[in-house]
Amino acid sequence: MNPRILAVTTGRILRQLGHDRRTVALLLVVPALLLTLVYYMYADQPAAPGQPSAFDRIALIMLGFFPFIVMFLVTSIAMLRERTTGTLERLLTTPLAKADLLFGYGIAFGLAGAVQATVASAVAYWLFDLDTAGSSGLVILVAALNAVLAVALGLFCSAFARTEFQAVQFMPVVVAPQLLLCGLFVPRGEMAGWLQAVSDVLPLSYAVEALQEVGANAEPTGTMWRDVAVVAGAAVLALVLAAATLRRRSG
Amino acid sequence: MDDAIAVRDLVVDRGGRRVLHGISATVPRGAVTGLLGPSGSGKTTLMRAVVGVQVVTAGTVTVLGRPAGSAELRRRVGYLTQAPSVYADLTVRENARYFAALHGRGRADADRAVADVGLADAATQLVGTLSGGQRSRASLACALVGDPELVILDEPTVGQDPVLRADLWARFHELAAGGTALLVSSHVMDEAARCDRLLLIREGRLIADDTPDAIRAAAGVADLDEAFLRLIRAGETAGAAGGEAS
Repeated sequence: MNPRILAVTTGRILRQLGHDRRTVALLLVVPALLLTLVYYMYADQPAAPGQPSAFDRIALIMLGFFPFIVMFLVTSIAMLRERTTGTLERLLTTPLAKADLLFGYGIAFGLAGAVQATVASAVAYWLFDLDTAGSSGLVILVAALNAVLAVALGLFCSAFARTEFQAVQFMPVVVAPQLLLCGLFVPRGEMAGWLQAVSDVLPLSYAVEALQEVGANAEPTGTMWRDVAVVAGAAVLALVLAAATLRRRSG
Repeated sequence: MDDAIAVRDLVVDRGGRRVLHGISATVPRGAVTGLLGPSGSGKTTLMRAVVGVQVVTAGTVTVLGRPAGSAELRRRVGYLTQAPSVYADLTVRENARYFAALHGRGRADADRAVADVGLADAATQLVGTLSGGQRSRASLACALVGDPELVILDEPTVGQDPVLRADLWARFHELAAGGTALLVSSHVMDEAARCDRLLLIREGRLIADDTPDAIRAAAGVADLDEAFLRLIRAGETAGAAGGEAS
């Protein structure tokens, strides 16, 4: 890996995103619109005494979901484009190392995810009075980490997709089970044992737990830092696997 | 090592089909070598083997004294793929600057490469909005931007107007005069005469490896197109008489 090549590759990916104004607008506006929807859905639902309101509970988790879902899709398509337009093959004949490319995507789209999470959080906290015991900075940190995780998973999965149709199909395969089993719909402790076991190996479960820790505790807890470490570790693991599936030579 | 490329008994299979049947050839430094052959003859596969992105079944490919695909070669070899492989959502200049930066070159080098392919006026245009010919020149600029010792160009002049085509060939000879080795593929025979040396391949086999003049003399005709036709016919007769044409 070469820091200079990593930096110019990250810059190149961000510049591509910058030229696509519509994608940038959608990236920033859609989460706010969905949060609005959730706010009014639960506006008349009374909160149980001593419990966070339904909106607080759900919006907090949603702030982590947006970058995860969006960055997974964006990365899958971006990487598939690199393959189908021949730029990937060309890049692999230059001094660029595989890790420069993969970490370049991780950093560029991780940043994009962080910006998205910041805008969504601003809307949630200021417009809809989202209430968390912990700091909003930690919420954004976890959301940004989710974006990096999603990029890493997207890079890895794109190795198994030959067409855009296939790449898009990996979304329900990779993302949906993690959403269902992360503890938002049914608390993880109340699930059947085998579902809990599956949930335990899905990285998004830890991201959600980290967000819930921020929601319930004024100071960052040990559990939260452990969860953050697990998500970061999963992201690095996925990037390493993605590098292993990226071949300079093909048939 | 005098030769820029030395290919020995190269066999390549793609998708369960043999694409190259034991090719042996050399490409000298400081010259433009043409790789001629009809579509599907194995030109691109041979070029991919030289830049080290092709899985090879048998044989060796030595590039600038190193096995093809060595990490060190990636700084010394420029590759233009047949389909323009530049980012459609970046401008011409941004593409050139990115590929320049990968080779450790600066902005001035990138701007010069863009000007050299006649795209100075379109430098701030998104590649996606360019014509096919312009797009392929943008791709060419990115292949030449690192001042490579060996340049592999897969059909660089397709879709270019005659004046630009002449300019590009002049540029290739200028690079060769400076010591660069160029391997340029084409399926247009009128470009063959512009090369210092020619490799003709057909159905994955090398049919000729010589200068244009020597090929004309060997076939006994002045027209290269006709000369190739005779070489192919002669090869087929020899093949039918027994043994593989090589």
